[in-house]
Amino acid sequence: MTASAAKIARRRVANVAFEGFCWAVTAIALVALAAILWSLLSQGLGGLNLDIFTKSTPAPGSSGGLANAIVGSIMMCLMAMVMAVVVGTLAGTWLAEYGGRSAYGSVIRFLNDVLLSAPSILVGLFVYEILVAPFHSFSGFAGSVALALLAVPVITRTTEDVLLLQSATLREAGVALGSTLSYVIRQVLWRSARSGLLTGSLLAFARISGETAPLLFTALNNQFFSLDLRHPTANLPVVIFNYALSAYDDWRRLAWAGALLIAGTVLAVTVVARIVAQEQKRS
Amino acid sequence: MSDQVLPAGTRPTGGERSRRANPRGALVGKIFEGLCFVAATTLLAALGGLLFSLVLGGWPAIRKFGIGFLFSATWNPVTDVYGAAGPIVGTLVTAAVALLIALPIAGGVAFFLTELCPAPLRRPIGTAVELLAGIPSIVYGMWGLFVFAPLFSKFIQLPLMSAAAPGSLLEKLTTGIPNGSGILSASIILAIMILPFMAATLRELLLTVPAAVRESAYGLGATTAEVVMSVTLPYVRTGAIGAVMLGLGRALGETMAVTFIIGNSHGFPKSIFDSGSTIASTIANEFTEATSEVHTSALIALGLVLFVITFMVLGLARLMLRRQVASI
Amino acid sequence: MLKTLGAAFGAALILGAATVAQAAGTISGAGATFPAPVYAKWAEAYKAQTGTSLNYQAIGSGGGIKQINASTVDFGATDKPLKPDDLATAGLAMFPTVIGGVVPVMNLPGIKPGQIKITGALLADIYRGVIKKWNDPLLAKVNPGVPLPNLPITVVHRSDGSGTTFVFTTYLSMKAAHWASEVGANDSVSWPTGLGGKGNDGVAAFVKQTPGAIGYVEYAYAKQNSMTYALMQNKQGVFVTPDAKNFAAAAANAKWASAPGFYLLLLDQPGADAWPITAATFILVHTKQSDAAKGRDVLAFFDWCYKNGDAAAAQLDYVSLPPVVKDLIRKSWSKVVGPDGKPVYK
Repeated sequence: MTASAAKIARRRVANVAFEGFCWAVTAIALVALAAILWSLLSQGLGGLNLDIFTKSTPAPGSSGGLANAIVGSIMMCLMAMVMAVVVGTLAGTWLAEYGGRSAYGSVIRFLNDVLLSAPSILVGLFVYEILVAPFHSFSGFAGSVALALLAVPVITRTTEDVLLLQSATLREAGVALGSTLSYVIRQVLWRSARSGLLTGSLLAFARISGETAPLLFTALNNQFFSLDLRHPTANLPVVIFNYALSAYDDWRRLAWAGALLIAGTVLAVTVVARIVAQEQKRS
Repeated sequence: MSDQVLPAGTRPTGGERSRRANPRGALVGKIFEGLCFVAATTLLAALGGLLFSLVLGGWPAIRKFGIGFLFSATWNPVTDVYGAAGPIVGTLVTAAVALLIALPIAGGVAFFLTELCPAPLRRPIGTAVELLAGIPSIVYGMWGLFVFAPLFSKFIQLPLMSAAAPGSLLEKLTTGIPNGSGILSASIILAIMILPFMAATLRELLLTVPAAVRESAYGLGATTAEVVMSVTLPYVRTGAIGAVMLGLGRALGETMAVTFIIGNSHGFPKSIFDSGSTIASTIANEFTEATSEVHTSALIALGLVLFVITFMVLGLARLMLRRQVASI
Repeated sequence: MLKTLGAAFGAALILGAATVAQAAGTISGAGATFPAPVYAKWAEAYKAQTGTSLNYQAIGSGGGIKQINASTVDFGATDKPLKPDDLATAGLAMFPTVIGGVVPVMNLPGIKPGQIKITGALLADIYRGVIKKWNDPLLAKVNPGVPLPNLPITVVHRSDGSGTTFVFTTYLSMKAAHWASEVGANDSVSWPTGLGGKGNDGVAAFVKQTPGAIGYVEYAYAKQNSMTYALMQNKQGVFVTPDAKNFAAAAANAKWASAPGFYLLLLDQPGADAWPITAATFILVHTKQSDAAKGRDVLAFFDWCYKNGDAAAAQLDYVSLPPVVKDLIRKSWSKVVGPDGKPVYK
């Protein structure tokens, strides 16, 4: 009796320690978040005004905003995400449903993991070699290809993971009913894995939205407003990078405001995606 | 995910058609499989191209320095002599320490969110953790340099250094300039950066554990710790390792944030407060300015080394995973 | 889902391919970080006046040289001048635009800006790690009566390759034989001691956070951050303050006319007021322009800047070139020719 009571007590203590640890580290994580957000808000909020969205990046001492960088970033990120979602989802699907067990499949999976860890600056360098140098011009298009290369492995990885987590009976039921496997994948598996797929895309978007290094040699940047992706294209990360490290207060204010904008956008996208996923689950 | 496609699947004719296994359905299936295959191969092509350009670009340096490139800690752009040992050590140490710090925290956060968190707080905290993942790395760098470093210097470095007895191990570990930069600072910033990635993915994984499995464990009288350790965590182990790799990958290749705070000195770091460099930070620091062919090439060769390191780390993880699965 | 994605994919490709070209006249340039603010200022005014937009991006001097050689930009910019031979080999023409100074800054409790005096040789010894304390007798000798603290010296340098580092280490090489033989001059060097900050701002931040630290930054950073600077001994033996007037004094005596390809370092120039670590920043263009109109646009822009840009430059703490030098530069442009062999700009 006493032995089992002691055992129960020990289990209880272990559990309290475990729960306490979980509470504590979550608190630590939230404090870190709060500290960074506080810096962002206290430094960035003062710089936010209508000019940010209507005027282009200024020279020091002139008034201006980030309109060109915002538009450029949106264009490049959207293009990159479209390319990455198409390639990543299909590649992840292939790994999960078709060739994942073959030798070639394990090679691809392994290479995808390597690509995940590829330093973004080298990806930028690679795109510079294949899209910038041969055409003799930096371009927003090259920038979006570099971003897509960074987003694809994230999406591939999560797509494979969430598809593999779908129960096998879903597949078997579908195929037993006479559907082709591709039909089951598109109509059943993708739908039931939707929230996971969305999370993968969000992670990918979060990863590329603030990437500076791959854009330095591809999209470069542009002081003026331009919708032409064949030429150097303004973008928030490079503007933030240049302005944050400058000597001029007005440039630094714009840098913090830009950083706040990116973080805010990611927050908004995250929240909206959560709500969408929730509603789809309900219906 | 579009509205036009979804109802189509529920139309009885669709099912009828495919039930008869008509050639069109089969053809669509073939095309779809082909597309998936092409997409997967795109990955191979991208990485192949990347590797090829690295080998090509790094070749002059590899030829000039040979295998000694890996073991020499000299990095001298004036005499054009380069060795990768300093950045390699810096990369491995910072990534490992970052993982050591971030992994328990990420796990704790994920368990908290799935098992302990009061329901009304679950979504706000989950979203907050994901937000942390969305902050651009350059902001982490700026925050690290301007906000974190002074605090770290004041509340961690100086007290530790003054507490260290002369000649003790602690003193050896903590020598350096107490201005908040260095190996440990960079590791902590890296840990903060990879934490949300890992926590968000782990949580997503834990949510996939069927409720019945978990509840039956609770029903048998298991405590939270026991449910997590013996039921849910083993259930998602493969995915969890993937999540860790995601984090490790980011830590190995992270450029901007590290560059701001690691102190950027070549050579071996002598203590956890000493300044050092990583492969990515060296490339970021010097690539734009490298005009001599050997310098550029040495930087690209460094990039190649990072790839090889990543290959090895991942290969090792895979090996461990296989053994783990086999032992069950 | 597949259809939607396919449609979006197609749309994106079309968007990428079909984006309309911008209104005529866009020039793109890249390179040195140091002059980027003033080029941005000029480009803004120029666009307002002429409608031509000139997009300049700061990617570093080495980057400027690389990119103009790869012809990905219409002009490159560099703080590190190319030797006439290298210019000829690469088919480039070079000309200076503005002048600035590099300033040693420090964090010394109780010491006011300009209170400390330093010579080039002492600076080299500090950066070599030979002088380790602020109250070193050698430092005390040139600073009689200054309460030098008993603090270890923390050396801070640039971690990234930089034209500023090139200027600074070239100066140290000129003033100290030890430095020239042991370390040398380049846009990044193998530093004997100290820690590296990313960019001027990284150096400034480390100096501010570390009592006893010394670093070097471009003048604008020292001024905007109100950092403690040192007086430097110039060639005449006078200790001078870093300011625009003294940078101009260094430039005034420079012999541009006898410098082929405008290859000239303004370091350690004669003149009682001359700041010893002064440097010009340069533009690189192809001598043979494949598109004469583009080449003309580039030179027209800089001609406009020489005429109208002095006030803007002064406002941002840059020093303009003397009028004589500007005329020399304009004359040198005759060697920039189009495909037909005729000068693109007169």
